[in-house]
Amino acid sequence: MNIDSIRNGIVIDHIQAKKGLEIFDALKLGELDCSVAIITNARSQKMGRKDIIKIDKNIDLDLDILGYLDPNITINIIKDDKRVKKFHVELPKEIVNIIKCKNPRCITSVEQELKHVFVLTDKEKKIYRCKYCETIKED
Amino acid sequence: MKNLIDIKDLSIKEIDELIEVAKDIMQEPEKYSEKCKHKKLATLFFEPSTRTRLSFEAAMMELGGNVLGFSEASSSSTAKGESVSDTIKVVGGYSDIIAMRHPKEGAPLVASFRSDVPIINAGDGGHNHPTQTLTDLLTISCEKGRLDNLTIGLCGDLKFGRTVHSLITAMSRYKNIKFVLISPDELKIPEYVKEEILDKNKIEYIETNDLEEHMDKLDILYMTRVQKERFFNEEDYLRLKDYYILNKNKLKNAKEDLVIMHPLPRVNEISTEVDDDKRACYFKQAKYGKYIRMALILKLLEIK
Ligand SMILES: [Zn+2]
Repeated sequence: MNIDSIRNGIVIDHIQAKKGLEIFDALKLGELDCSVAIITNARSQKMGRKDIIKIDKNIDLDLDILGYLDPNITINIIKDDKRVKKFHVELPKEIVNIIKCKNPRCITSVEQELKHVFVLTDKEKKIYRCKYCETIKED
Repeated sequence: MKNLIDIKDLSIKEIDELIEVAKDIMQEPEKYSEKCKHKKLATLFFEPSTRTRLSFEAAMMELGGNVLGFSEASSSSTAKGESVSDTIKVVGGYSDIIAMRHPKEGAPLVASFRSDVPIINAGDGGHNHPTQTLTDLLTISCEKGRLDNLTIGLCGDLKFGRTVHSLITAMSRYKNIKFVLISPDELKIPEYVKEEILDKNKIEYIETNDLEEHMDKLDILYMTRVQKERFFNEEDYLRLKDYYILNKNKLKNAKEDLVIMHPLPRVNEISTEVDDDKRACYFKQAKYGKYIRMALILKLLEIK
Protein backbone atom coordinates (compact mmCIF):
# COMPACT_ATOMS: atom_id res chain seq x y z
CA MET A 1 0.00 0.00 0.00
CA ASN A 2 1.31 3.35 -1.00
CA ILE A 3 1.10 5.79 1.88
CA ASP A 4 0.32 8.69 -0.42
CA SER A 5 -2.51 7.25 -2.37
CA ILE A 6 -4.96 4.41 -2.30
CA ARG A 7 -7.06 3.31 -5.24
CA ASN A 8 -10.11 2.18 -3.35
CA GLY A 9 -10.62 2.83 0.29
CA ILE A 10 -11.14 5.33 3.07
CA VAL A 11 -9.00 8.14 4.41
CA ILE A 12 -9.85 9.29 7.91
CA ASP A 13 -8.34 12.75 8.08
CA HIS A 14 -7.93 15.55 10.62
CA ILE A 15 -7.63 13.23 13.58
CA GLN A 16 -6.24 15.04 16.58
CA ALA A 17 -2.47 14.43 16.69
CA LYS A 18 -1.47 11.23 18.58
CA LYS A 19 -5.07 10.00 18.69
CA GLY A 20 -4.79 7.83 15.59
CA LEU A 21 -4.07 4.65 17.48
CA GLU A 22 -7.06 5.15 19.74
CA ILE A 23 -9.33 5.49 16.69
CA PHE A 24 -7.64 2.46 15.13
CA ASP A 25 -8.47 0.40 18.21
CA ALA A 26 -12.01 1.73 18.64
CA LEU A 27 -12.89 0.88 15.04
CA LYS A 28 -11.19 -2.53 15.43
CA LEU A 29 -9.17 -1.88 12.27
CA GLY A 30 -6.62 -4.45 13.43
CA GLU A 31 -9.16 -7.15 12.61
CA LEU A 32 -9.35 -6.21 8.94
CA ASP A 33 -7.65 -8.34 6.29
CA CYS A 34 -6.58 -5.34 4.19
CA SER A 35 -3.72 -2.94 4.79
CA VAL A 36 -4.23 -0.03 7.11
CA ALA A 37 -1.77 2.82 7.64
CA ILE A 38 -1.66 5.17 10.59
CA ILE A 39 0.24 8.36 9.88
CA THR A 40 0.96 10.20 13.04
CA ASN A 41 2.09 13.78 13.59
CA ALA A 42 1.57 14.82 9.97
CA ARG A 43 1.78 18.52 9.21
CA SER A 44 -1.53 20.26 8.85
CA GLN A 45 -2.22 23.85 7.84
CA LYS A 46 -5.41 23.83 9.84
CA MET A 47 -4.31 21.94 12.93
CA GLY A 48 -0.52 22.20 13.12
CA ARG A 49 -0.17 18.45 13.59
CA LYS A 50 -2.67 15.72 12.90
CA ASP A 51 -3.05 11.97 12.48
CA ILE A 52 -4.41 10.25 9.39
CA ILE A 53 -5.63 6.69 8.89
CA LYS A 54 -5.75 5.12 5.44
CA ILE A 55 -7.70 1.94 4.89
CA ASP A 56 -7.13 0.07 1.64
CA LYS A 57 -10.71 -1.11 1.29
CA ASN A 58 -14.22 0.37 1.38
CA ILE A 59 -15.62 -0.87 4.65
CA ASP A 60 -18.60 0.20 6.73
CA LEU A 61 -17.29 2.54 9.38
CA ASP A 62 -19.01 3.09 12.69
CA LEU A 63 -19.50 6.83 12.26
CA ASP A 64 -21.12 7.15 15.68
CA ILE A 65 -17.97 6.01 17.43
CA LEU A 66 -15.88 8.37 15.32
CA GLY A 67 -18.19 11.31 16.00
CA TYR A 68 -18.11 10.58 19.67
CA LEU A 69 -14.33 10.19 19.91
CA ASP A 70 -13.45 13.17 17.73
CA PRO A 71 -16.14 15.27 16.04
CA ASN A 72 -13.54 17.19 13.97
CA ILE A 73 -12.62 14.18 11.86
CA THR A 74 -13.24 14.22 8.09
CA ILE A 75 -13.86 11.09 6.05
CA ASN A 76 -12.79 10.72 2.43
CA ILE A 77 -14.08 7.87 0.31
CA ILE A 78 -11.75 6.97 -2.54
CA LYS A 79 -12.84 5.05 -5.64
CA ASP A 80 -10.56 4.41 -8.65
CA ASP A 81 -7.99 6.92 -7.42
CA LYS A 82 -10.59 9.65 -7.08
CA ARG A 83 -12.16 11.11 -4.01
CA VAL A 84 -15.88 10.47 -4.52
CA LYS A 85 -17.11 11.68 -1.16
CA LYS A 86 -15.87 13.87 1.65
CA PHE A 87 -17.82 14.52 4.83
CA HIS A 88 -17.57 15.46 8.46
CA VAL A 89 -18.66 13.15 11.22
CA GLU A 90 -21.30 14.40 13.62
CA LEU A 91 -21.88 13.96 17.31
CA PRO A 92 -24.00 10.83 17.55
CA LYS A 93 -27.48 11.19 19.04
CA GLU A 94 -26.95 8.02 21.02
CA ILE A 95 -23.86 6.16 22.12
CA VAL A 96 -24.45 2.52 22.84
CA ASN A 97 -22.13 0.35 24.94
CA ILE A 98 -19.08 2.60 24.61
CA ILE A 99 -19.18 4.20 28.01
CA LYS A 100 -20.71 2.85 31.20
CA CYS A 101 -23.00 4.72 33.55
CA LYS A 102 -21.16 5.25 36.83
CA ASN A 103 -24.21 6.10 38.92
CA PRO A 104 -24.45 3.33 41.56
CA ARG A 105 -28.20 3.96 41.84
CA CYS A 106 -28.77 3.39 38.10
CA ILE A 107 -30.65 0.28 37.00
CA THR A 108 -27.69 -0.58 34.73
CA SER A 109 -25.61 -1.14 37.87
CA VAL A 110 -27.66 -4.20 38.81
CA GLU A 111 -29.02 -5.54 35.52
CA GLN A 112 -25.97 -6.64 33.61
CA GLU A 113 -27.69 -7.47 30.34
CA LEU A 114 -28.91 -3.91 29.75
CA LYS A 115 -27.20 -1.84 27.09
CA HIS A 116 -25.45 1.26 28.36
CA VAL A 117 -27.03 4.06 26.33
CA PHE A 118 -26.12 7.73 26.50
CA VAL A 119 -28.28 10.29 24.73
CA LEU A 120 -27.12 13.67 23.39
CA THR A 121 -29.25 16.19 25.29
CA ASP A 122 -27.36 19.40 24.48
CA LYS A 123 -25.64 19.57 21.12
CA GLU A 124 -23.81 22.85 21.74
CA LYS A 125 -22.39 21.85 25.09
CA LYS A 126 -21.93 18.23 23.96
CA ILE A 127 -23.80 16.91 26.97
CA TYR A 128 -24.67 13.24 27.06
CA ARG A 129 -26.94 11.75 29.68
CA CYS A 130 -27.64 8.14 30.64
CA LYS A 131 -30.92 7.11 29.02
CA TYR A 132 -32.07 5.47 32.25
CA CYS A 133 -31.01 7.73 35.14
CA GLU A 134 -30.08 10.96 33.23
CA THR A 135 -26.69 11.16 34.90
CA ILE A 136 -24.32 13.35 32.87
CA LYS A 137 -21.40 11.55 31.26
CA GLU A 138 -18.15 12.60 32.86
CA ASP A 139 -15.17 13.35 30.66
CA MET B 1 -49.26 8.17 25.38
CA LYS B 2 -48.76 4.61 26.48
CA ASN B 3 -46.70 4.99 29.65
CA LEU B 4 -45.89 7.70 32.16
CA ILE B 5 -42.22 7.48 33.08
CA ASP B 6 -41.16 11.13 33.30
CA ILE B 7 -43.28 14.27 33.69
CA LYS B 8 -41.54 15.57 30.55
CA ASP B 9 -43.35 12.82 28.60
CA LEU B 10 -46.53 14.88 28.95
CA SER B 11 -47.31 17.97 26.88
CA ILE B 12 -48.99 20.95 28.53
CA LYS B 13 -52.14 19.98 26.64
CA GLU B 14 -52.07 16.44 28.04
CA ILE B 15 -51.52 17.77 31.55
CA ASP B 16 -54.46 20.15 31.11
CA GLU B 17 -56.64 17.26 29.95
CA LEU B 18 -55.69 15.15 32.97
CA ILE B 19 -56.45 18.06 35.30
CA GLU B 20 -59.84 18.58 33.62
CA VAL B 21 -60.77 14.92 33.99
CA ALA B 22 -59.61 14.91 37.64
CA LYS B 23 -61.78 17.94 38.37
CA ASP B 24 -64.73 16.28 36.68
CA ILE B 25 -64.21 13.16 38.81
CA MET B 26 -64.25 15.32 41.95
CA GLN B 27 -67.52 16.89 40.79
CA GLU B 28 -69.30 13.70 39.82
CA PRO B 29 -67.49 10.67 41.23
CA GLU B 30 -70.45 8.34 40.63
CA LYS B 31 -70.12 8.88 36.88
CA TYR B 32 -66.73 7.16 37.07
CA SER B 33 -67.45 4.43 39.60
CA GLU B 34 -67.61 1.60 37.06
CA LYS B 35 -65.31 2.88 34.33
CA CYS B 36 -62.62 0.31 35.09
CA LYS B 37 -64.91 -2.63 35.86
CA HIS B 38 -63.08 -5.92 35.17
CA LYS B 39 -59.75 -4.10 34.81
CA LYS B 40 -56.79 -4.85 37.04
CA LEU B 41 -54.05 -2.54 38.29
CA ALA B 42 -50.84 -4.20 39.46
CA THR B 43 -48.87 -2.23 42.03
CA LEU B 44 -45.30 -3.49 41.89
CA PHE B 45 -43.47 -1.84 44.75
CA PHE B 46 -39.89 -3.09 44.78
CA GLU B 47 -39.35 -0.69 47.66
CA PRO B 48 -42.08 0.16 50.14
CA SER B 49 -44.04 3.41 49.91
CA THR B 50 -47.34 2.86 51.61
CA ARG B 51 -48.87 6.25 50.79
CA THR B 52 -48.18 6.13 47.09
CA ARG B 53 -49.34 2.52 46.83
CA LEU B 54 -52.56 3.18 48.72
CA SER B 55 -53.25 6.22 46.57
CA PHE B 56 -52.96 4.13 43.40
CA GLU B 57 -55.06 1.33 44.87
CA ALA B 58 -57.77 3.70 46.09
CA ALA B 59 -57.81 5.37 42.67
CA MET B 60 -58.35 2.05 40.87
CA MET B 61 -60.99 0.91 43.36
CA GLU B 62 -62.95 4.13 42.95
CA LEU B 63 -62.98 3.45 39.22
CA GLY B 64 -64.55 0.06 39.92
CA GLY B 65 -61.37 -1.86 39.09
CA ASN B 66 -59.34 -4.40 41.00
CA VAL B 67 -55.82 -4.31 42.37
CA LEU B 68 -53.09 -6.82 42.98
CA GLY B 69 -49.39 -6.52 43.68
CA PHE B 70 -46.55 -6.67 46.14
CA SER B 71 -44.88 -4.04 48.22
CA GLU B 72 -41.31 -5.03 48.88
CA ALA B 73 -38.69 -6.70 46.82
CA SER B 74 -37.80 -9.26 49.47
CA SER B 75 -41.19 -10.89 49.05
CA SER B 76 -40.93 -10.86 45.29
CA SER B 77 -38.94 -12.71 42.69
CA THR B 78 -36.39 -9.87 42.47
CA ALA B 79 -34.98 -11.14 45.74
CA LYS B 80 -34.40 -14.40 43.89
CA GLY B 81 -32.48 -12.55 41.19
CA GLU B 82 -35.14 -12.10 38.52
CA SER B 83 -34.67 -9.07 36.26
CA VAL B 84 -37.16 -6.21 36.03
CA SER B 85 -37.90 -7.15 32.43
CA ASP B 86 -38.81 -10.71 33.33
CA THR B 87 -40.98 -9.70 36.29
CA ILE B 88 -42.84 -7.25 34.05
CA LYS B 89 -43.37 -9.82 31.31
CA VAL B 90 -44.98 -12.16 33.83
CA VAL B 91 -47.08 -9.60 35.69
CA GLY B 92 -48.18 -7.95 32.44
CA GLY B 93 -50.04 -11.16 31.74
CA TYR B 94 -52.06 -10.78 34.95
CA SER B 95 -52.96 -7.09 34.72
CA ASP B 96 -54.15 -4.29 32.44
CA ILE B 97 -51.91 -1.55 33.81
CA ILE B 98 -48.90 -1.43 36.14
CA ALA B 99 -47.78 1.13 38.71
CA MET B 100 -44.17 0.45 39.56
CA ARG B 101 -41.85 1.76 42.25
CA HIS B 102 -38.22 0.72 42.27
CA PRO B 103 -35.11 1.81 44.17
CA LYS B 104 -32.99 1.90 41.01
CA GLU B 105 -33.16 4.89 38.69
CA GLY B 106 -34.48 4.06 35.24
CA ALA B 107 -36.07 0.74 36.23
CA PRO B 108 -39.60 1.78 35.10
CA LEU B 109 -38.19 2.86 31.73
CA VAL B 110 -36.62 -0.58 31.32
CA ALA B 111 -39.99 -2.08 32.28
CA SER B 112 -41.77 0.02 29.66
CA PHE B 113 -39.57 -1.41 26.89
CA ARG B 114 -40.67 -4.92 27.72
CA SER B 115 -44.26 -4.43 28.78
CA ASP B 116 -47.38 -4.90 26.69
CA VAL B 117 -49.49 -2.99 29.21
CA PRO B 118 -49.05 0.66 30.26
CA ILE B 119 -46.43 1.38 32.94
CA ILE B 120 -46.74 4.22 35.44
CA ASN B 121 -43.56 5.22 37.22
CA ALA B 122 -44.53 5.44 40.89
CA GLY B 123 -41.03 6.62 41.84
CA ASP B 124 -37.59 5.36 40.80
CA GLY B 125 -35.08 6.09 43.55
CA GLY B 126 -34.18 9.77 43.70
CA HIS B 127 -34.95 10.21 40.01
CA ASN B 128 -38.56 10.67 38.82
CA HIS B 129 -41.94 10.60 40.49
CA PRO B 130 -44.31 12.00 37.87
CA THR B 131 -47.59 11.29 39.68
CA GLN B 132 -46.35 13.40 42.60
CA THR B 133 -45.76 16.25 40.17
CA LEU B 134 -49.21 15.76 38.62
CA THR B 135 -50.65 15.83 42.14
CA ASP B 136 -48.85 19.12 42.79
CA LEU B 137 -50.14 20.61 39.54
CA LEU B 138 -53.74 19.58 40.27
CA THR B 139 -53.42 21.05 43.78
CA ILE B 140 -52.16 24.37 42.43
CA SER B 141 -54.80 24.45 39.70
CA CYS B 142 -57.64 23.73 42.17
CA GLU B 143 -56.41 26.00 44.96
CA LYS B 144 -55.22 28.95 42.83
CA GLY B 145 -57.44 28.50 39.78
CA ARG B 146 -54.45 28.81 37.46
CA LEU B 147 -51.01 27.43 36.66
CA ASP B 148 -49.50 30.68 35.34
CA ASN B 149 -48.65 34.03 36.95
CA LEU B 150 -47.43 32.55 40.24
CA THR B 151 -44.57 33.18 42.62
CA ILE B 152 -43.59 29.84 44.09
CA GLY B 153 -41.42 29.42 47.18
CA LEU B 154 -39.60 26.10 47.43
CA CYS B 155 -38.11 25.42 50.83
CA GLY B 156 -35.86 22.74 52.32
CA ASP B 157 -33.74 20.20 50.49
CA LEU B 158 -33.48 21.64 46.99
CA LYS B 159 -30.37 19.64 46.18
CA PHE B 160 -31.57 16.06 46.41
CA GLY B 161 -35.32 16.69 46.40
CA ARG B 162 -36.63 15.20 43.19
CA THR B 163 -40.17 16.49 43.77
CA VAL B 164 -38.73 20.00 43.71
CA HIS B 165 -36.77 19.46 40.49
CA SER B 166 -39.77 17.93 38.72
CA LEU B 167 -42.06 20.69 39.92
CA ILE B 168 -39.64 23.33 38.63
CA THR B 169 -39.45 21.49 35.30
CA ALA B 170 -43.23 21.29 35.02
CA MET B 171 -43.99 24.85 36.17
CA SER B 172 -41.30 26.40 33.96
CA ARG B 173 -43.50 25.70 30.96
CA TYR B 174 -46.20 28.12 32.15
CA LYS B 175 -46.21 31.89 31.73
CA ASN B 176 -44.85 34.35 34.27
CA ILE B 177 -43.67 31.91 36.91
CA LYS B 178 -41.15 33.11 39.49
CA PHE B 179 -39.33 31.01 42.06
CA VAL B 180 -37.97 31.81 45.50
CA LEU B 181 -35.50 29.04 46.33
CA ILE B 182 -35.08 28.74 50.09
CA SER B 183 -32.43 26.34 51.39
CA PRO B 184 -29.32 26.06 53.53
CA ASP B 185 -26.12 26.52 51.48
CA GLU B 186 -25.40 22.79 51.61
CA LEU B 187 -28.75 21.95 50.02
CA LYS B 188 -28.96 24.60 47.31
CA ILE B 189 -30.49 23.83 43.94
CA PRO B 190 -27.94 22.11 41.64
CA GLU B 191 -26.27 24.16 38.90
CA TYR B 192 -27.67 21.98 36.13
CA VAL B 193 -31.25 22.73 37.20
CA LYS B 194 -30.47 26.45 37.02
CA GLU B 195 -28.75 26.19 33.66
CA GLU B 196 -30.94 23.66 31.92
CA ILE B 197 -34.35 24.68 33.22
CA LEU B 198 -34.42 28.11 34.87
CA ASP B 199 -31.94 30.03 32.72
CA LYS B 200 -32.92 28.22 29.54
CA ASN B 201 -36.56 29.23 30.00
CA LYS B 202 -35.59 32.72 31.26
CA ILE B 203 -37.33 32.13 34.58
CA GLU B 204 -36.79 34.69 37.33
CA TYR B 205 -35.57 33.27 40.63
CA ILE B 206 -34.08 34.33 43.93
CA GLU B 207 -31.93 32.13 46.18
CA THR B 208 -32.00 32.71 49.91
CA ASN B 209 -31.37 31.03 53.28
CA ASP B 210 -34.16 32.96 54.93
CA LEU B 211 -37.66 31.50 54.96
CA GLU B 212 -39.33 34.77 55.98
CA GLU B 213 -37.45 37.22 53.75
CA HIS B 214 -39.75 36.91 50.72
CA MET B 215 -42.79 35.40 52.44
CA ASP B 216 -45.01 38.38 51.51
CA LYS B 217 -44.50 37.76 47.77
CA LEU B 218 -45.39 34.07 47.69
CA ASP B 219 -48.53 32.57 46.11
CA ILE B 220 -47.36 29.03 46.88
CA LEU B 221 -45.03 27.80 49.61
CA TYR B 222 -43.82 24.28 48.95
CA MET B 223 -42.08 22.76 51.98
CA THR B 224 -39.98 19.59 51.70
CA ARG B 225 -38.33 17.37 54.23
CA VAL B 226 -34.64 16.67 54.41
CA GLN B 227 -34.28 12.98 53.65
CA LYS B 228 -31.94 11.02 55.83
CA GLU B 229 -31.08 8.48 53.15
CA ARG B 230 -29.50 11.20 50.99
CA PHE B 231 -26.78 11.91 53.53
CA PHE B 232 -23.53 10.07 54.01
CA ASN B 233 -23.04 11.15 57.59
CA GLU B 234 -25.47 11.42 60.45
CA GLU B 235 -23.98 14.69 61.69
CA ASP B 236 -24.85 16.65 58.53
CA TYR B 237 -28.35 15.24 58.56
CA LEU B 238 -28.97 16.18 62.18
CA ARG B 239 -27.64 19.67 61.61
CA LEU B 240 -29.83 20.31 58.56
CA LYS B 241 -33.03 18.43 59.27
CA ASP B 242 -34.59 21.12 61.44
CA TYR B 243 -33.11 24.08 59.58
CA TYR B 244 -36.59 25.29 58.63
CA ILE B 245 -39.68 24.92 60.74
CA LEU B 246 -42.74 26.71 59.44
CA ASN B 247 -44.98 28.00 62.20
CA LYS B 248 -47.72 30.60 62.61
CA ASN B 249 -45.29 33.37 63.46
CA LYS B 250 -43.29 32.89 60.26
CA LEU B 251 -46.51 33.24 58.28
CA LYS B 252 -47.30 36.69 59.70
CA ASN B 253 -46.39 38.53 56.50
CA ALA B 254 -47.76 35.88 54.14
CA LYS B 255 -50.57 36.56 51.69
CA GLU B 256 -54.12 35.75 52.75
CA ASP B 257 -54.47 33.35 49.83
CA LEU B 258 -51.08 31.65 50.14
CA VAL B 259 -51.21 27.91 49.45
CA ILE B 260 -48.93 25.82 51.67
CA MET B 261 -47.95 22.47 50.18
CA HIS B 262 -45.83 19.49 51.23
CA PRO B 263 -45.47 16.08 49.52
CA LEU B 264 -45.74 14.32 52.93
CA PRO B 265 -44.77 12.64 55.10
CA ARG B 266 -43.51 15.61 57.08
CA VAL B 267 -41.09 15.37 59.96
CA ASN B 268 -40.64 18.69 61.78
CA GLU B 269 -40.61 21.18 58.92
CA ILE B 270 -44.22 22.27 59.39
CA SER B 271 -45.38 22.79 62.95
CA THR B 272 -48.74 21.13 63.66
CA GLU B 273 -50.10 24.53 64.73
CA VAL B 274 -50.18 25.43 61.01
CA ASP B 275 -52.52 22.51 60.22
CA ASP B 276 -55.61 24.51 61.21
CA ASP B 277 -54.64 27.49 59.08
CA LYS B 278 -56.91 27.66 56.03
CA ARG B 279 -53.83 28.13 53.88
CA ALA B 280 -52.48 24.68 54.81
CA CYS B 281 -53.25 22.45 51.80
CA TYR B 282 -50.96 19.46 52.34
CA PHE B 283 -53.63 17.03 53.46
CA LYS B 284 -55.91 18.13 50.64
CA GLN B 285 -52.93 17.67 48.34
CA ALA B 286 -52.79 13.97 49.25
CA LYS B 287 -56.46 13.65 48.33
CA TYR B 288 -55.91 15.38 44.99
CA GLY B 289 -53.27 12.73 44.36
CA LYS B 290 -55.94 10.05 44.22
CA TYR B 291 -58.05 11.99 41.70
CA ILE B 292 -55.19 12.74 39.33
CA ARG B 293 -54.16 9.06 39.46
CA MET B 294 -57.74 8.13 38.54
CA ALA B 295 -57.55 10.49 35.55
CA LEU B 296 -54.19 9.03 34.57
CA ILE B 297 -55.38 5.42 34.75
CA LEU B 298 -58.35 6.30 32.52
CA LYS B 299 -56.11 8.03 30.02
CA LEU B 300 -53.57 5.20 29.82
CA LEU B 301 -56.32 2.60 29.48
CA GLU B 302 -57.97 4.82 26.84
CA ILE B 303 -61.26 4.83 28.68
CA LYS B 304 -63.39 7.92 28.08
ZN1 LIG C 1 -27.49 5.57 34.43
